[in-house]
This record gives sequence, structure tokens and C-alpha cells, in this order.
Amino acid sequence: MNNTNQNTDWDIIVKPQSNFFKLDLKELWSYRDLVLLMIKRDLTALYKQTILGPVWMFLQPLFTTLLYTFLSHQAQLKTDNLPPLLFYLIGQTYWLYFAECFTKTSNTFIANASVFGKVYFPRLVMPISVMFSNLIRLGIQMLMMLCAYLFYLITTNDVTPSYSVLALQPVLILLLGLFALGLGILFSAVTTKYRDFSFLLGFGLQLFMFVSGIVFPASTFSEKTKFILMFNPVMSLTEAIKFGLTGQGYFSVVHIISAVVVIAIVLFFSIMVFNKTEKTFMDTV
Amino acid sequence: MNSKVIEINNLGKQYRLGQVGTSTLSDDFKRWLYKVRGKEDPFLKVGETNDRTQKGNSEYVWALRDINFSINKGEVVGIIGKNGAGKSTLLKILSRTTSPTTGEYKIKGRVASLLEVGTGFHPDLSGRENVFLNGAIMGMSKTEIKKQFDAIVDFSGVERYIDTPVKRYSSGMYVRLAFAVAAHLEPEILIVDEVLAVGDQEFQDKCLGKMKSVSGEGRTVLFVSHNMAAVKSLCKRCVVMRNGQVTFDGSVSDGISKYLEALNPSLNNGTIEAHHRTINSGNVFIKNIKIENQEFLTGNSIYFNNSISILMEIDFLNDFNDIIIDARINSNDGVELFHSMTLYDNDLIKVSKGVLQTKVNIENKLQPGKYFVSLGVHLSNGATLDYLENVLELNVLNVTNTNSKGLVYDFKLGYGRLNATWQIN
Repeated sequence: MNNTNQNTDWDIIVKPQSNFFKLDLKELWSYRDLVLLMIKRDLTALYKQTILGPVWMFLQPLFTTLLYTFLSHQAQLKTDNLPPLLFYLIGQTYWLYFAECFTKTSNTFIANASVFGKVYFPRLVMPISVMFSNLIRLGIQMLMMLCAYLFYLITTNDVTPSYSVLALQPVLILLLGLFALGLGILFSAVTTKYRDFSFLLGFGLQLFMFVSGIVFPASTFSEKTKFILMFNPVMSLTEAIKFGLTGQGYFSVVHIISAVVVIAIVLFFSIMVFNKTEKTFMDTV
Repeated sequence: MNSKVIEINNLGKQYRLGQVGTSTLSDDFKRWLYKVRGKEDPFLKVGETNDRTQKGNSEYVWALRDINFSINKGEVVGIIGKNGAGKSTLLKILSRTTSPTTGEYKIKGRVASLLEVGTGFHPDLSGRENVFLNGAIMGMSKTEIKKQFDAIVDFSGVERYIDTPVKRYSSGMYVRLAFAVAAHLEPEILIVDEVLAVGDQEFQDKCLGKMKSVSGEGRTVLFVSHNMAAVKSLCKRCVVMRNGQVTFDGSVSDGISKYLEALNPSLNNGTIEAHHRTINSGNVFIKNIKIENQEFLTGNSIYFNNSISILMEIDFLNDFNDIIIDARINSNDGVELFHSMTLYDNDLIKVSKGVLQTKVNIENKLQPGKYFVSLGVHLSNGATLDYLENVLELNVLNVTNTNSKGLVYDFKLGYGRLNATWQIN
């Protein structure tokens, strides 16, 4: 057979080893309908057969906020110069987004093993759709936060928005989501082989919350400690969001830039690991 | 000239036994050390062929090794082999759910792999939502699914339930809907793994018919099955796998006999052991039996309508002058269907001490299915000297070797087909 001239037009060539970093955005784009359907599935299936339905979205941040408000009242915790309720509600709303994105994407491989084992599609579809469905959840939860926010904006003088930083908020939220995505898929890749990391994630995330400005604002730390802690992208991003909304908090361009750099590095590295894992994870999961 | 759509070169897949995954931490490290120094992976040299019944020395086995073949556009290829022969591993690699250890393959065109139906179905979502979701997972776009939606629902026959969550479906309805989506994928290459094993007869026929029409449209199909009738009626070419290697690649009927041969080589052609003997007097032994006719496929299988000849070597330790030899066939469910003995055609047999060769030729009017043959040596007074109950397993296939159309005999009421003539006016 004379097929030598056809060697050029193969659609798929699979070899054991592939490029170090391969992110086929074109392929990913061709599966955009799947991303949309996955987002829809995540949102509709989650509250099926519950009585309260999407109300649960509000209850979770609300109860945590009330608990912390009570604690801060008892233990005299500092909440910048904001009413504790507003401070914790803002913190919890964005933290929940980060934490949910992180934990939900961190079991991408294990949770989807049955699907991944049967059919091929770009595996990144799953974590990306998780990130977006959580973005929608965040949007809904922000409604509740905004109610409290507007209430305090009108009734007190402590809340003075910084409009220039407020305008940055969509970018800040996206960065927060990308950071969670990067960490999440990195964890999902390593947990396929070593499950130890899923245990680490559980309490690690809880500890991480305390150094991310959600419970203790940046202003409670000394200048030196604060400068170091702010290199944590979650802290610099949530502080900036809070600053934009209320004028309270800590916004520094240096730390936002450092956050962008850290997130870019984490994403690059984790996509690399993710790609490597997706080839053989069916043998290790 | 046909154009190749799949080309597989030296494909191999290695697994590590006993433990999770394909390697250990220390082996991973060793591997990495070799890689850094620019040497070949040391563990690729070790490893044994994959024979699950045999105990091996190496921790590493090759689930697939040195697979080489290519498939042209429009070919329908059946892949057959025993459990653990590597069929599913091959399909998994071709559908990109796991990657090979060695070698490479190239594919031209859109691939849809049906390793399972209903992949990604969410129990809480309605049939309608799941059709879209499943279609998207299989690589269809939303507009494509919309265009096909009515056809999918129509094919599945669950129109009434389409807005009910699929967890309320019966398992049959679930599979029907799931296969309906898969059947409307319209890929250039379809990879199917034993999905026909589910569903009722009507549905299985529907699936087979759909796959036939898919292949008729010039699309390429790779089909793994243990259902020889389906393979025979669907495929033109057949690849037989054994222990991770391709042992045969060619026509379907040759491939099937090759496969059946490998299935159980011992029974129909061998020395009788003590445990085969149900009754034995101690002075007569049926030593060897052998199925003699050419149509017999050595894996105990015989095509429908082909006669059976059994050759026996009987060792007599004494002289006898009133011997009767008999053969009987029982159905799989224990019904005695057939009995023949030498006394019907001959007188009592006189034998002197030594080995006697006997051959019996049985006309095969059995319906397709599984049967057992028993053989015995008796005296005229009814005493049994040697009796081998169900010593031969006989598998009558529902296909013939004489019928070139590969006609399938699937109506199998009862056990036998007596000759009958019909007059239609």
C-alpha cells in the first residue's frame, strides 16, 4: 500500500510521552458546550430533592458569619473599623468561593474516574466548569452580602467605597478563582496516586483561612508580618476586594502584582502536572 | 486504494501487578535517574506476557505488547479473545482514556468510543438533560444534538419519560436512551466494547442493525465481543488477541475458529484421566478420544448442521465376547436427547485383550447451544465396564461454515431439528 503521502494528515497521533507543557486551547474551545452543560448540571443537580433548594446557598455563609460575629463580640476580635457582621460576611462570601473551587476541583480525577475511564474529552473541562458554576454561586451569595452592605453603607459612616479599586473587582474575583483552580487541579493530580493529600487539604484549608485575612484582617498584624502575609494571593486579593467595597483593608499594587505572578506560576505548573497525570491516571486512580 | 484511518505501531502497555498503579515510588525514582542520565527506562526491558493463569516471576506484565495493525476506512473489524487478552486495554488506549507505555498510533477522523453506554448520565437530571450532557461528553455540539434529538428519543422508545429523572427509569429504559445517544453520534470511527450484552433481544437486534447501517455508510467500526454470531454477521475482518498479543488477523470465520481453538484445547482431543470416569470396572479403559471431522473447531465447537465423528481408543485388559459401546448426548439443562449403541447396527462385539479403535459418526441435528457427550462400554447383561459421563462438551454454533451469507440461526426452540418438508400451495 502506498500510504506514505498520507502521513501528514493524521488527526490524532498518540505516543507514550508528550510535550512538557501542552494546553490545547483550540480543543478545549471545541468542548465549550460541554462546559456549559456541566455548569448547568452542577447547579441544577445540586439542590434536587431538597426543600430549601438554592436557599442553602445563603444559609452556609450566613451561619458562619453569625458564628464569627458572636465570637468577635465575645473575644473582642478586631474587624478593621467595620461592623463585625459586614466584615465577616464579605470575608466568608469570597472565601467560600475560593474554598469551594479548591475542594471541588481537587477531586477532579477521583470523582470523575468512571467518566474519564470511558470516554476522552479534554479533562480540564471538569475543573473549569466547577470554577464557573461556583462563580455563579458567588454571584448569588453576593446578593445577600450586598443587602447587608447597602444597609451599612446607608446607616453608618464606616463604609466608604473606593471606586477605582471597586472597578477592579471582576478581575480580582477571576484571579481568586484561577488560583483556586490551579491549586485544585494540582491536588487532584497528586491525589490520584497518593491519597494522603486529600487529608492534608481538609484541615490545611481551614488553617489557611486564618492567614488569608478572612478572620484576622491584615490590619491586626505588625507591618513586617503583614508585608510577608500579603504575598498570599488569597489575602492580597480579599483585602483588595474589601478595600474596594468599604475603604477599609489593605490595597497594595506590589502585592497584587505578586499575586498575579504567583497565580501564573501555580497555573503553569499545575496544568503541566495535570496534563501528565491525565494520560495515565486511569492506571493509578 | 483504501486509505488508512487507524495505524498502530508497536503498541504496548505495561502494568505492575498487585499494587496500585503502574509503578512504585522507588521504581519511579529509579526510572527518573535513568531518564536524567539519558538511558532507556530499565523497567521496559522486564515484564512478562500476560497469562493470568500462570504464576510469573516479574512484578511487571505486558497487558499489550507489540501490537501492529492498521485499519482502512469503512472496515468493520471484530476483536475477539479470551478475558484478559488485552482487548479492552487496546480499546481504552485507542479511545485515549489511558496512554500506551510503548509505541504509537495514529487516527484520522472523529472517534467515538462506546466503552459503556450512558457515560456521565446524572441520576437526578431528566432524560432530556442527560441526552444533551451525554452527547456533549461524547463530543457532539449542542446544535448537533438538537438536530438529532427527535431521532434519539424516537430510537430509544422512552418518549413518555423524557422529562423524568433517569434514576426513575428502569434499567432497560436507561440503557435504551443511552445507546440511542451513542447511535446518533455519527463519528468517522466507532469503537464499541461489548455494549450489546445489555438490553433485551429486541434491543440487541436494534443495536446490531444500527451498527450494520453505520458500517454501511462507509464508517469504520472496531467491535469487541464474545458473541460470535454478532461478530460473524457484522464484521468482515477479525483480529484475535491472546495474552496481550495479536495472534491472528484475517477473515472472520478463520478468526473465530482460531479463537475457539484457543479457548479450550484439552477436552476433545486427549487422554482420559481417572477423574473423567464415572464408573469403571478396572479391566476396560477408554484411553483416548478424538473428534475427527474437519468441520469441528477444536474448541469443542461445531458449526450448526455439521456431523460429529468421535474416535475412541479402548484398552481391554481381558477378552470379552459380548461388548456394547454407546454414546449419548445430553442437553445443557440435563435432558437426555440422544442415545446410540453398537447393538443397534451390529451384533455384540467380540474383543481380545489389547487396544480397540472405534469410531462413531453422529448426524448433527442439534439446535445451536451447549451439549454434553457421554461415552460408555458395557456388557450385554447391562454391567458397565467403563463410563465417561459428560466427558465432551459440545458447543453447536448458531452459524454455519457452508452458508457464505453468514446466516444466523437464532430461533432455537427445543433441542433438535428433525428433517421436515413443507408443501405450500
